[in-house]
Amino acid sequence: MSKKTLVEATINGETIEFLCEPRQSLLEALRDVLELTGSKEGCLTGDCGACTVLVDGRAVCSCLMLGVEAQGKSIVTVEGLATNGVLSVLQNKFLEHAALQCGICTPGFLISAKSLLDRNPKPTEHEVRYALAGNLCRCTGYDKIVKAVLDAAADIRSQGEVKAAPR
Amino acid sequence: MAASTTTGDFKVIGTRPIRPDGVDKVTGRAKFGADYAFPGMLHGKVLRSPHAHAIIKSIKIDKALKLPGVKAIVTSKDLPQAENKLEQSGELTVNPRHLSMNILAHDKVLYDGHAIAAVAATSPHIAEEALRLIEVEYEVLPPVMTVDAAMRPGAPILLKDLRNNEEGDKPTNVAQHFQFKRGDVAAGFKAADYVIEREFNTAMVHQGYIEPHNAVGIYNSDGQATIYCSTQGAFDVRSLSAHVLGMPVGKIKVVPAEIGGGFGGKTTIYLEPLSVLLSKKTGAPVKLVMSRSEVLRASGPTPGSKIKVKMGATSDGKLVAAEIWMAYEAGAFPGSPVAAGALCIIAPYTVENFQIDAYDVVVNRPKTNAYRAPGTTQAAFASETVIDELAEKCGIDPIDFRINNGVKEGSPQIMGPPFKRIGFIQTCEAIKNSPHYKSKLTGKFRGRGVASGFWFNAGMQSSAMVNIHTDGTASVVTGSPDIGGSRASMAMIAAEVLGMPMTDVRPITADTDSIGHTDVTAGSRVTFATGMAVYEAAKDAVRQLIERAAKVWEKKPDEVEFRDGMLHAKGNGVPPMSIKQLAPRFPRTGGPITGRASVNPRGVGPGFATTVVDVEVDPDTGKVQVLRCTIAQDAGKAIHPSYVEGQMQGGTAQGIGWALNEEYFYDDKGTLRNSSFLDYRIPTCLDLPMIETIIVEEANPGHPLGVRGVGEVSIVPPVAAVANAIYRAVGVRMTQTPMSPPRLLKAILKHRGAAQHSAAAD
Ligand code: FES
Ligand code: FES
Repeated sequence: MSKKTLVEATINGETIEFLCEPRQSLLEALRDVLELTGSKEGCLTGDCGACTVLVDGRAVCSCLMLGVEAQGKSIVTVEGLATNGVLSVLQNKFLEHAALQCGICTPGFLISAKSLLDRNPKPTEHEVRYALAGNLCRCTGYDKIVKAVLDAAADIRSQGEVKAAPR
Repeated sequence: MAASTTTGDFKVIGTRPIRPDGVDKVTGRAKFGADYAFPGMLHGKVLRSPHAHAIIKSIKIDKALKLPGVKAIVTSKDLPQAENKLEQSGELTVNPRHLSMNILAHDKVLYDGHAIAAVAATSPHIAEEALRLIEVEYEVLPPVMTVDAAMRPGAPILLKDLRNNEEGDKPTNVAQHFQFKRGDVAAGFKAADYVIEREFNTAMVHQGYIEPHNAVGIYNSDGQATIYCSTQGAFDVRSLSAHVLGMPVGKIKVVPAEIGGGFGGKTTIYLEPLSVLLSKKTGAPVKLVMSRSEVLRASGPTPGSKIKVKMGATSDGKLVAAEIWMAYEAGAFPGSPVAAGALCIIAPYTVENFQIDAYDVVVNRPKTNAYRAPGTTQAAFASETVIDELAEKCGIDPIDFRINNGVKEGSPQIMGPPFKRIGFIQTCEAIKNSPHYKSKLTGKFRGRGVASGFWFNAGMQSSAMVNIHTDGTASVVTGSPDIGGSRASMAMIAAEVLGMPMTDVRPITADTDSIGHTDVTAGSRVTFATGMAVYEAAKDAVRQLIERAAKVWEKKPDEVEFRDGMLHAKGNGVPPMSIKQLAPRFPRTGGPITGRASVNPRGVGPGFATTVVDVEVDPDTGKVQVLRCTIAQDAGKAIHPSYVEGQMQGGTAQGIGWALNEEYFYDDKGTLRNSSFLDYRIPTCLDLPMIETIIVEEANPGHPLGVRGVGEVSIVPPVAAVANAIYRAVGVRMTQTPMSPPRLLKAILKHRGAAQHSAAAD
């Protein structure tokens, strides 16, 4: 049995402390310790992207990072994408474009797409595909996902800032 | 783009509203099986065989049980003896004995990854440590990995009790031989001007759903068990688990969680009975979740196959004869979809003379399970490339060749009875007239291929309830787990009948105690059969609404009409009444209104699809890039066109992965060497272009709204279409999947006559 470590991190804007075994991945800490089950496990080997979260603004497979490594970092998960219950543009575009079927991959795609659009507000189709290539989706054939992200980018540009229309 | 024969003036059906479960899924709130947690819950892990074929001599668990945190261990000794017989469960034929042997190996392990024991502990890590302390003594046997090896005389026998329908009491690896024939094959070939004969081999592939299998079992001291899991069929999990556990069906409740993909792979059970057994031993809820490697090694992929096709055509392009031999890897236990493959392999065409022999063969690989149009993609790869060759020999455009021979209303099906209204030719014509097919493909090493596919689709049993709430809105309750947006379609159908906006209808997937029996979400049946139940249940609610309005108006029910969501009294000037206005009067007119229906519909409408693919081949590496892809598919009637397109695109992408990358790779000891998403490579979005869709709507006469299933047939054409495109690009006919770079490069070099390079490239 391994001793637990106290970790302090900012999760979706809140500074919190949690106890975590050294062998627990960040994904496990998020899901099992913090009950943030929006990040999904598809492989635990960094190949599917279902567990993608933002760590200090960078998209990271949370299954490949240890929970204790979150110390002092700022983490954003899918639960942190909406603002006061108002969906982000990306979330709305995924719904409008029917960019999900089963939805297990959706949290990871939303995070990877956010990370792309934060860096590059005017991506080409190829750039979108390149940025999302670490996320596997087996249901959609990616067509509607890529369209949703391109449309979200256009919307965000035309609004000048990331602000979602209430629905 | 849509070509429609469906008539009817719909307000909701055919529109593209936001799905009702959408917000939960983009906010991370949707609860998938692995997201469930209960107070005091334990975590389970499964010990799996490292050998493909071995006798289990002993299992020692004492050391593992002593590890602090370990609460219980189960082996096959904890399972009751299950009956050795065949039972129907949904679309599967199940042998409870074999099912039980697959859940936990009895005296033999039959594949790499076969479950041997399960541990429950206070954390998943402790359970994992405990697995390493379980001592198993094996006597290793030679593995039998291919149908050739399994059918060879003197082959090692996997199941000592297995007998088939032809060889009397002789132990065998051939579980069954199916034969379908018509006409005079020899005479047919005699009449042919061109005959093509080829042998095809396809690799075992996996459905590749992103969510691993999971289950939480809770066994109560009163003998009642509850299972939470991601499944395509909660009622099937209940009945299959009952078989394995020796429990009455009524003592098990299954709560279907959100499901992260299945494609046929989540129609059976693996962890569910283990979670109940461990919960019974410990008194605590127990959760088990497979790792990706376990999913690949030990769930139910689709068979690899060997298929020999000989087909003949006259010089004017008429198919006159077909002779087909096919053998599928069933995995460790009988039950591959080879019969389905045999019935589909030439189903899109009228061939007067044919004989098809199909063999279900056990091998030391995981027991295969359904995968989207089970058994048919392998088959179509073989037949549709031979047809492409025949079209070329005849000098006829491959689409025209298909149109000339294609089945239409009245054409005989393989089993004899004529097709009702179908849309095969329309899918061919839609492709022929598509901007894609009309465009010119230029450039070196580029080619365009087409192929078509058929799938039966299924009917089976469904139940539905439509509750009218006190504010005049409604809920729709069904027992069909929603795997690709079906709740949206169910709400839309109810909304259409009730004359409500779709946002006034909440669709719910209920557990096995809360709704009438509903068969598995499979066979493209939900929008068809459960949709029919919802349609009937909504009609039942309307009938009751009419009775209540009649009571309020003191009229007879036949003096009241329901139109556009309003109740109208016939004749005089009584103002119409909305459901919202009527709802507060339910208590005084007879109580709440619930419409109900249970169906087992017969009028299943088969599905057809035709796909065109442009590829570019890198002649130096053998890598294939798909440049453009269009699929036309007959949906009968598209309830929510976006999700119909989604099924078409998703199946196409899976077909492309099957064509180019995906393959179970076993070494000579029978160990799976690529049990991760890194090495079992499914397409990423960088591998694919946009997938253009054309929904053909040739109404199914067997459904009140004209619906046919749309979930499966899209996967059937792409493998053959890619092969045909590769041929046009570089001149080689591929007869093996996957058409991966090394394999294609070898074929290209051989084609160039560079035999010395071919060895090096191997
Ligand atoms: S679970 Fe982390 S990449 Fe798959
Ligand atoms: S929607 Fe199912 S995996 Fe992407």
